[in-house]
Amino acid sequence: MNEVWVVPTGTANLASVLAALTRAGAETRVATSPSELSRARAILLPGVGSFGAAMAKLEAEGFDEVIRAKIEEGIPALAICLGMQILFESSEESPGIRGLSILPGPLERFPDGVRVPHVGWNTVEPSNETRFLRRGDAYFTHSYRLIKSPNNAQAALTTYDAPFVSAVEYGNILACQFHPELSGPWGLDLLRQWIRQEEAPC
Amino acid sequence: MLKVRIIPCLDCHAGCVVKGIRFTNLRMMGDPAELAARYEAEGADELVILDISATIEARNHQVATIRAVRERISIPITAGGGIRSLADCEALLAAGADKVSINSAAHHDPDLIDAIANRFGTQCALVAIDARRSENNWRVLINGGGVETERSVAEWAREAAARGAGEILLTSWDRDGTRAGYDLELLRAVTSTINIPVIASGGAANANHLAEAVQAGAFGLLAASLFHDGDSTISKIKQELLSFSIPVRL
Repeated sequence: MNEVWVVPTGTANLASVLAALTRAGAETRVATSPSELSRARAILLPGVGSFGAAMAKLEAEGFDEVIRAKIEEGIPALAICLGMQILFESSEESPGIRGLSILPGPLERFPDGVRVPHVGWNTVEPSNETRFLRRGDAYFTHSYRLIKSPNNAQAALTTYDAPFVSAVEYGNILACQFHPELSGPWGLDLLRQWIRQEEAPC
Repeated sequence: MLKVRIIPCLDCHAGCVVKGIRFTNLRMMGDPAELAARYEAEGADELVILDISATIEARNHQVATIRAVRERISIPITAGGGIRSLADCEALLAAGADKVSINSAAHHDPDLIDAIANRFGTQCALVAIDARRSENNWRVLINGGGVETERSVAEWAREAAARGAGEILLTSWDRDGTRAGYDLELLRAVTSTINIPVIASGGAANANHLAEAVQAGAFGLLAASLFHDGDSTISKIKQELLSFSIPVRL
């Protein structure tokens, strides 16, 4: 099975995400309702925009509960950029707004004096061999980042002003601060690997 | 470590890549999707695709061009040229652009910068500034360089950043098409006054020019004719930059 359901996070570059998934061999479906998403066997949370706006949209349309339920169910979930950030508890971008809180920790803004957004290609360095993450250059564009990886998660680090967590593998979740859909052949390989795993019986 | 970005620019007219100095004496250079795929294979870090005719009919051509290019490549695309509204941005993003570049419209309606940043995110809002030297300062040009305004380039860059621009694409109109190198004084004046990334544009003819711009604070390097003419390839330029100890993606 290679059908990936994309959560409508209100993301601006949805077309790029869909084009890359298609190139990597997936059938893509954009969920129009929470009940549709509840039938998914693999989900993708894309995202560019703001933490607060994305959470408000998901909650208003009732997607937040389904995302939590699907991840708990154990189906493969890929989260990209803001999609990764909203899996966590909070972000300095939108004080007082609660994220999906599936993973622990706050997102923090790069310090003053650092040129933000952090835009461009930077090296992703997995701490050790993980299921999906390999060392390579990926495309980033973001102003907030995770500093401490959740316990028991496998992580990759990237250094801008200082190291930050650029990807997390935790159970069935693969969360990337970078954009695999914009990361050339390296990004397509990552997407292919991720799409292929869900073909295996769980 | 963050790599310096090499960004080929495709100037398009009626669905074709064209080339000319200051948008005159246009020569056809080929199909945008073909050229884009070639540049990605050579190591381009992202692409800027500008529609230089900026008419109503051009909007449809531009959307079709972006869609065709997006089907072929897996690197970021910035679309620009004649964008006047959120609806224009929406159409280009839906076709496969990741960012939009606004220029004259932002000058007439600076709130458009805030609107794009709020609706699509700061990372989506690239403000293009065309600059021309005027005594000891630089003034903002609009309408494809046709009109000089009273605005100072550094002040406008500060305002754009404060309103939510994620990057500035800074073109020296004095250097564009001259092959004399980027205007380094202009670059220093702008990169020292704002804290968002600046992409240098206008005048690059070799790797030395690119290296100088990085030293002057540029995070991205835009060039058109350098690559279109086959004078050099992106991979060759990147090797040369690496020999100057400038970090690039290989």
